[in-house]
Amino acid sequence: MSDKTIYAIYDDDYVLLESAKHLVAKGVHIRDVFSPFPIHGLDPVIGLKRTRLAIAAFIYGMIGVSLALTGMWFFMIQDWPLNIGGKPNFSLFTNIPSFVPVTFEFGVLCAGHGMAITYLLRNWTLPGFKAKNPYPRTTDDQFVMEIHASDSELSAEEIKALINETCVVEIDEK
Amino acid sequence: MEYTVSSKAKMTSIVLIVVGLVALLAGIFTDHGHTDQRLWANLLVNGYFFFTLSLAAVFFLAIQYVAEMAWGVTTQRIFQAIMSFMPIGAAALLTVLIASSLHYTHFYHWMAEGVTDPASHHYDAIIAGKSAYLNLPFFWVRTIVFIGVWLFFANWFRKNSLNEDALDLSQIADGVSPNYRKAIKMSVFFLIFFAYSSVSSAWDWIMSIDVHWFSTLFGWYAFSGMWISCMIVAVVLVLYLKGKNYLKDVTEHHIHDLVKWMFAISMLWSYLWFAQFMLIWYANVPEETAYYMVRFEDYKLLYVGTFFVNFLLPFFILMSRDAKRNAIFILPVALIIFFAHFIDVLVMVFPGTLFDHGHLGAVEIGMFFMFLGVFIFTVLRSLSKASLATKNHPMYDESVHLHT
Repeated sequence: MSDKTIYAIYDDDYVLLESAKHLVAKGVHIRDVFSPFPIHGLDPVIGLKRTRLAIAAFIYGMIGVSLALTGMWFFMIQDWPLNIGGKPNFSLFTNIPSFVPVTFEFGVLCAGHGMAITYLLRNWTLPGFKAKNPYPRTTDDQFVMEIHASDSELSAEEIKALINETCVVEIDEK
Repeated sequence: MEYTVSSKAKMTSIVLIVVGLVALLAGIFTDHGHTDQRLWANLLVNGYFFFTLSLAAVFFLAIQYVAEMAWGVTTQRIFQAIMSFMPIGAAALLTVLIASSLHYTHFYHWMAEGVTDPASHHYDAIIAGKSAYLNLPFFWVRTIVFIGVWLFFANWFRKNSLNEDALDLSQIADGVSPNYRKAIKMSVFFLIFFAYSSVSSAWDWIMSIDVHWFSTLFGWYAFSGMWISCMIVAVVLVLYLKGKNYLKDVTEHHIHDLVKWMFAISMLWSYLWFAQFMLIWYANVPEETAYYMVRFEDYKLLYVGTFFVNFLLPFFILMSRDAKRNAIFILPVALIIFFAHFIDVLVMVFPGTLFDHGHLGAVEIGMFFMFLGVFIFTVLRSLSKASLATKNHPMYDESVHLHT
């Protein structure tokens, strides 16, 4: 049996959430949902794994902090100690308060940019890339479920019959 | 869902008070001089810490109303209970302020005789320059107005919420409780007043101990300290009540959000602590560094230790989402930083009042335990006086379905 992709189109986030609960209870696996905004409570229903982006962001932040501290130790202490306002410049520890703001900012910069770039790369949505969403109107006012017939035990016809039990606007097959 | 204070909880608070009293007496009898000053300073520390902590609960309630915040509605009664300690805290604080004004203690040097009189040999030009603001009549006007207005609002919010429970919504035209709308309006007035008074009260009661010194950041630093202490108490209370099978409508999502607040305000406090320190350290102006000199010479471990404990513990332990939902991670951090924020107030007060004699000893621990015992007892008793879940709040249902 060739893999059929069924798209169920809804016009309300809450209706979609309730429909997803109904379908999942009947044994349908929902591959993905496209929506203009995050739908609260949907992730556990369709069994999405928790994002690991936060862990990545923490690591990027820590890299930023270490880079900033190493950099300033080398520039300001090791290579060319400068006397700025009579602040101690013979060790990193005694001069650390003056480095904290820059360290903090650099940590935030690395965490923020690293997180954004990772996110865009992982989704393959860097600027200039072609968008992969099947229905452009899911960026406006439509909510679409993507269901692969091969993901669950049921046949494409059975799945479509189940979808029809919900308040679906339109069913599309590709 | 009625809550009754268990006999175990009552015993715990009584044991805390008794242990505190024993430690306090032991501390007094083994003390070497300056005992009266030490007791007054401790009363000021505890009065200020527990009073402002319960005051921050009013503030947090008011923000919830103004922002029309839905998620926290199921935990409103917790904050209402915390603010029930305000009268006792205010009494402790006022005792110290009255004693200082009557010269039983000399915490506030600007209250002394002759400091603003050029003919007197006690004349102090810096204090004289500040006397338009720091003089006894104006100081007492501010103190009474601040405490009075805060107590009025705390009382009003509590009454309004209890009256809301008794409403019959089917009798109201649009089905939205009028108490909720009134509370939004009152919250706006409270927040406007609180914005000024929270900062100014910190200048009056704490910063003016070190009267030659000033920091424009001090008010916010004190404010963030009271806010974080209040959030810690709320989190611990919610976890305690959940453990006793109360608060059915409070889910792990609410706990997650409350701990997020605790985490965020910890960072705010650390930021303000460091901002105040770093600017003064960098500018190195003698008038300003005087404040830090005495703290770094005589209170180094307490002062610097407090900062690292309050910053690093929440930062590394409560950063992840799972930790924010797990009492095993939350409780130790919460209890440690609660005590550390008490130490923070202690180091705000002690160097200016006890100079190099102050330290963390039996007297300090004893009085802290006594206050904590009374605080726990008051808050739990207030919780038992009304249903733990508010009724008729228009966003209660939305709060129950919170999902983070």
